Amino acid sequence: MSSIKIRASASDGVTTVKALISHPMETGTRKDAKTGEKIPAHFIQEVVCTHNGNNVMTASWGAAISKNPYLSFSFKGGAAGDKVGISWVDNKGEKDSDETEIK
Amino acid sequence: MTSMKRRIFLKGSLATGALGVAASAGLITPRASLAAWAKDAFDAKDVNGALSGLFGSSDLAASDKIKIKAPDIAENGAVVPISVSTDMGNVESITIVTEKNQNPLTASFAMGATAIPDISTRIKMGKTSSVIAIVKSGGKLYSTGKEVKVTIGGCGG
Repeated sequence: MSSIKIRASASDGVTTVKALISHPMETGTRKDAKTGEKIPAHFIQEVVCTHNGNNVMTASWGAAISKNPYLSFSFKGGAAGDKVGISWVDNKGEKDSDETEIK
Repeated sequence: MTSMKRRIFLKGSLATGALGVAASAGLITPRASLAAWAKDAFDAKDVNGALSGLFGSSDLAASDKIKIKAPDIAENGAVVPISVSTDMGNVESITIVTEKNQNPLTASFAMGATAIPDISTRIKMGKTSSVIAIVKSGGKLYSTGKEVKVTIGGCGG
């Protein structure tokens, strides 16, 4: 199952995209309550957003983006049936991507 | 005005140079491509370090054309909704900096040709701090800030 949920809707020539990503977004400063050991940093560093394969926006994130990140953005153009894609890469090199059709 | 710009530019390059070893990495990575994750900037412990690492300059012009939407009081610092938008043209990037966080640089969004400069996300805040939104437009940096009171910190530890 994809870690990304995307919703994209077009109206009046503008497409608005809302996305939720499942990710722990560990800062590396939190301690495990039981062992007292630091939980290693694990967070998304880059999110790439595309419309029909063309780059719309690239986000660079630090560890201070909340757990299970939410992202909303919009762009000019886009029509029902067009593809909107989102992909992410984290500091451990893990990655995921997904796409949806504009409604 | 020209001499002003030159001075700002020089200041930016000197600041990068003064970082020594860190700069040698910094000179290659951050500004060559916005797609490369700017490690120096995200690791910086203060706002100036973050901005120098990301833009090569920490010179900001206050602007009332940037709107930042954030709660006045955040009960839970782990999830603070932030929206930044601007009606400026030629926006290259929108950057969010949380002044009092351990690493102030929170996020930077590089805008493609069709992107509308209006983004929303949720951030973690360690304590009450000013949240600064920086818009890069036409090669210049503009900013506006908003104080967010945090009652329970969200950075753990």
